[in-house]
Amino acid sequence: MNIPEKQLKRVDLIFAETEVYETLEIAFKRDKQEVLNEILESGLRGRGGAGFPTGLKWKFTAEQPSEEKYVICNADEGEPGTFKDREILTRVPLKVLGGMAICGHIIGAKEGYLYLRGEYRYLVAHLDTYLNSFNDWLKKHGIDFTIYIRMGSGAYICGEESALFESMEGKRGEPRNKPPYPTVAGFRNKPTVINNVETLVYATVICKYGASLFKNLGTFDSRGSKVFSVSGDTPVAGIYELDFGMTVERFVEEFGDGDTKAVQVGGASGFCVPRKKFKETIIGFEGVPTGGSMKLFNSSRSMYNVLHNYLDFFHEESCGQCTPCRIGCQQLLHGIEAVKKGEKSTAYLITLLKLAETMKIASKCGLGQSVGNSFKSIVENFKEEMIY
Amino acid sequence: MTEVQELVRSLTDRHGRTRESLLPILQGVVAKESYLSDTVMTEIAKQLDISAAQVFGTATFYSFLDTEPRGKYVIRICKTITCDMHGKRQIAKAIEDLLKIKAGETTTNKKFTLLEANCLGWCHEAPAMLINDTPYTKLTPEKVLEILTDYMQNK
Repeated sequence: MNIPEKQLKRVDLIFAETEVYETLEIAFKRDKQEVLNEILESGLRGRGGAGFPTGLKWKFTAEQPSEEKYVICNADEGEPGTFKDREILTRVPLKVLGGMAICGHIIGAKEGYLYLRGEYRYLVAHLDTYLNSFNDWLKKHGIDFTIYIRMGSGAYICGEESALFESMEGKRGEPRNKPPYPTVAGFRNKPTVINNVETLVYATVICKYGASLFKNLGTFDSRGSKVFSVSGDTPVAGIYELDFGMTVERFVEEFGDGDTKAVQVGGASGFCVPRKKFKETIIGFEGVPTGGSMKLFNSSRSMYNVLHNYLDFFHEESCGQCTPCRIGCQQLLHGIEAVKKGEKSTAYLITLLKLAETMKIASKCGLGQSVGNSFKSIVENFKEEMIY
Repeated sequence: MTEVQELVRSLTDRHGRTRESLLPILQGVVAKESYLSDTVMTEIAKQLDISAAQVFGTATFYSFLDTEPRGKYVIRICKTITCDMHGKRQIAKAIEDLLKIKAGETTTNKKFTLLEANCLGWCHEAPAMLINDTPYTKLTPEKVLEILTDYMQNK
């Protein structure tokens, strides 16, 4: 079957004004299962990048018999090229808190935490104003749910959910072994739902307008709309909410500067799409997944410099707990430097690709597992630039 | 009670004395003192009844929890790709020339420390930097001089 190609379409759900309190009043009166079904039915998948179905996450946690459960909003937006969560928290904080409260209601949690990255500390005063009145409102309406803010302190790895729990528990942000998954044993080893900022806003939106509005957008695998952070060589850098599932070609037509040679989809841990593959590559879970980071590079840019920058980033941000990631990031960085300087033959790139593959298999968490994404897609598509 | 004991006491009173309080306490010290001295970390360990190694291990994990003396204002220039593409080097050079320090160093009057940081989340307004908690974006060498001159004269 030939599915017609998605055209680029702007959507206005995330930032549109929504009566959050009114939405909550209605949601709290409804049957919990019914609200959960709405989220399940919408097809909403996590907007942080990994794309786990949100409704299932909520359902699994709701089914846990524990008396003590938690809702956590992951606002540790550290992926290079992502800045939409900061904008969401600035412009529509109530919609984020609303999503947390709805989740808390469904799963039976009494506490919610918003884990904010240290780089966004300037937002705390702003968030506190909303948070205080929101918590008051919940109390006044007899809802036993309170939200608190916790701060990160400059560690990319804490965006990984289990590392985030460790950090919230006052420890080094080192990822845990999985399973158990957070839905069973998360924060304080209790069943926990952890969602991205944007995901929680969509939960509020779905509660307000119903599943069908959301479901009718996007594609079969990537339902709804998505907020993209657009930067790099583009005349219109910024934040855009778009119908999910367009090709890179359509995206570049809209946001490119006429000379785009590659788009890095999903940040440093994502994939590099070269010009020759723009047409066939879908931005979404069926193609290249993304938490929203979209970086455009034009032909004046050296992809060696791009890759070097990413590897330098990973080399610093690897938590150092597991060997494949700790040593792997370092060796990939030193390796491309050696090839560039001519200290190693070009064949050494093949050895490095094998190392990247090993890291994918052997690393403990998503950080080490995804270094190979950008490494492989940049090295394979821009081999000459790595050498000369 | 020494000054350090008092500072830690005020933070433990506020955040509690459990392991979970450790990060907020460390953050509180850095907000006040710019960095974590060995004395402070030992005192925190004592008051939380955990080993100093655990405090040190946790502190050194996080890039914003410095364990070396820092200036009153810590400048963090974003070095990740978009900022790098949009003139991060010129910004760094302008600051280095003005303050006569290199990345990682502190001015002799202990007012400024210059550091590099990974993605600050302002790629659409690159290049960007933080001075303590405040973000500054769309930087140019001229703009950076203006901002820092203001800090030098008025803060």
